[in-house]
Amino acid sequence: MNMNYFPDEVVEHVFDFITSHKDRNSVSLVCKSWYKIERYSRQRVFIGNCYSITPQRLIARFPGLKSLTLKGKPHFADFNLVPHDWGGFVYPWIKALAKSRIGLEELRLKRMVVSDDSLELLSKSFPNFKSLVLVSCEGFTTDGVAAIAANCRFLRELDLQENEVEDHRGHWLSCFPESCTSLVSLNFACLKGEINLASLERLVARSPNLKSLRLNRVVPLDTLQKLLMRAPQLVDLGIGSYVDDPSSEVFSKLKAVIQLCNSIRSLSGFLEVAPCCMSAIYPICENLTFLNLSYAPGLQGNDLTKLVQHCRKLQRLWILDCIGDKGLGVVASTCKELQELRVFPSDPFDAENAAVTEEGLVLISAGCPKLNSLLYFCHQMTNAALITVAKNCTNFIRFRLCILDPVKADPVTNQPLDEGFGAIVRSNKSLKRLSLSGLLTDQVFLYIGMYAKKLEMLSIAFAGDSNKGMLYVLNGCKKLRKLEIRDCPFGDVALLQDMGKYETMRSLWMSSCEVTLGACKTLAKKMPSLNVEIINESEKLESEQLELSFDDRLLVDKMYLYRTLVGDRKDAPEYVWLL
Amino acid sequence: MSSENGKRLLETDAGGLNFEATELTLGLPGEPRVTSDGGAKLGSKRGFSETVDLKLGDNNQEVKLGHSLQEAAKSPVSKTQVVGWPPVRGFAKRGKKSCKYVKVAVDGAPYLRKVDLEIYNSYQQLLTSLEDMFSCFTIRNYLNEKKIDQVNGIEYMPTYEDKDGDWMLVGDVPWQMFVESCKRLRLMKSSEAVGLGLKTAPKYSSTN
Repeated sequence: MNMNYFPDEVVEHVFDFITSHKDRNSVSLVCKSWYKIERYSRQRVFIGNCYSITPQRLIARFPGLKSLTLKGKPHFADFNLVPHDWGGFVYPWIKALAKSRIGLEELRLKRMVVSDDSLELLSKSFPNFKSLVLVSCEGFTTDGVAAIAANCRFLRELDLQENEVEDHRGHWLSCFPESCTSLVSLNFACLKGEINLASLERLVARSPNLKSLRLNRVVPLDTLQKLLMRAPQLVDLGIGSYVDDPSSEVFSKLKAVIQLCNSIRSLSGFLEVAPCCMSAIYPICENLTFLNLSYAPGLQGNDLTKLVQHCRKLQRLWILDCIGDKGLGVVASTCKELQELRVFPSDPFDAENAAVTEEGLVLISAGCPKLNSLLYFCHQMTNAALITVAKNCTNFIRFRLCILDPVKADPVTNQPLDEGFGAIVRSNKSLKRLSLSGLLTDQVFLYIGMYAKKLEMLSIAFAGDSNKGMLYVLNGCKKLRKLEIRDCPFGDVALLQDMGKYETMRSLWMSSCEVTLGACKTLAKKMPSLNVEIINESEKLESEQLELSFDDRLLVDKMYLYRTLVGDRKDAPEYVWLL
Repeated sequence: MSSENGKRLLETDAGGLNFEATELTLGLPGEPRVTSDGGAKLGSKRGFSETVDLKLGDNNQEVKLGHSLQEAAKSPVSKTQVVGWPPVRGFAKRGKKSCKYVKVAVDGAPYLRKVDLEIYNSYQQLLTSLEDMFSCFTIRNYLNEKKIDQVNGIEYMPTYEDKDGDWMLVGDVPWQMFVESCKRLRLMKSSEAVGLGLKTAPKYSSTN
């Protein structure tokens, strides 16, 4: 029976079961009637690039909007390749939403610039506001956080992850009114300053629904013990400071209360830690599904290994490379449910104490059949190891390998790592995200173009020999959405070969490559649906060079292009040229 | 108008494209940018070593043309940090052993010293090192044994200021905890410590 015979309410009810953004977008393209029903019923919108659309158009299309996710700066901003004031300001979005009749309840931002004014306006404009999640953002202080605490009467979630926050050591925590009892999730681990511990205890005591609590470094162990007494129902715990004398009374109390916390499934933090205290954690290790020790300073390989041996149900592990290859072997034999592994470098510039190598990765691949997501910083990698990993693991969705010396060859054969990565893409047909490193020629890109048919995001650095490399990728990876390239010999020929391709992608970043200003201008002129931005931070441009600087033959240092429906943005700083 | 800066001759690349004889860049003055020669041979690829040089700052005008990457990897220059590499957000905060330098004051000495507590593993090591540093003094060690200096005849009590601003006797808490909470050290003249009358030795001896 044709769905058009159903009344709108029925169709809408069916759409309620369609939650993914992609599916909803597809549904809205079927016909005018479905477009209309879908847009009125849509509550959650995801915008991967805040410059692809304006807030006004968003509001006009989705009047029922309740939850908005926005991303700002390009990914390489995480590695200091994008100047701080490049863009990604959230204020215009909040201002426009505040003026409208949108009943915003949730705002999730990533890599955006958030001012205290924005936070204050946000806190005062939406009476039902429930959830604020800020990831890798900057531009605000604890005053802005205080405004959220003070004014959002039904706040359920305040989640600050890895933000750069200026800490005024004020009493933002004390700004939660006594009447606020709705908190489900509170994460302030990235804040550096002191907080009022008594306020924190009272807040936790009056939040019976609190499931997730991540503390910052200044919260000491004895406060942790008191908080756990008040909130034994926690599911996700981020420990601040974990330092005490194991023979103290406080520590005994902590051990006792931890036994009661049998709902904890996720453990992180340990921003300050005494290794001798770790044994108190063992009772909760049995049930952990997520363990993040990547911020814990001073835990040696032995400490980490001893802990991991208790974590039989672990699905996600984030750890430092001081666990060593042997330690990863222990992970491989203990954590049979492991799906995601991230191994971070503890000292990226110390090659002598190579903490993990290809051996650790091979052990993991052999022991953890469910592995589908990897981020691995290591000192060396071999083709043989990658080929073995590819044989053992065929379920990778994310495979990100970072060899700390970015052009290092296979140390055994002295060959590039083309064959190794080739094996990975050949056997992992569901691969969506890939980051390459090591010595690589055009050959690896041939393999990627040939086999990585589901690839959506690719990160390349110091790789390839010629334009062919980039062309293999652009021609072969039909699902590619984000491509970011630095320090590769790719130039105009590759950039301009298939300009229409960029309309099928979210964005392209190229820095320190061989693209000329002229080519960028050509691209911008031929493709009005793309914004082509040149970031030129050189302060040494003297007047002579300024004249030179309009020469089309100039190599461009940083280029960022993205598709957009709304043309050039108006908020770019001086050194960003919008072509 | 001189456009000498940044000009250099280029070779053809493997794709058969001829670059123009002069190619200008947006780089800093005097820093020619080098493209790859397109060859597939190892070490010919432009990239890491040159990038390292370029990013070293305004004063480094050297360009390692034709410098093989393997050679560059062995040179001290390659240990220099390239902007944005390794690509790990906040790596400076992750598990990095904080270099814990604290001031050491000795009563009667005209100037202070600094020690990095992170390089020691025990009280014994620290006190031995302090004794070396202030060789004309003798430190009353944690076991309360008197070690009278032959020349000087003065002994010192090692004390430290903790996070709360209180002055504590060195040796009472586990070593790691001490390292975390110590803000500065002071070797106090024992004569000033009269009245502290330690009845029990500090808890932590050289075994910790």
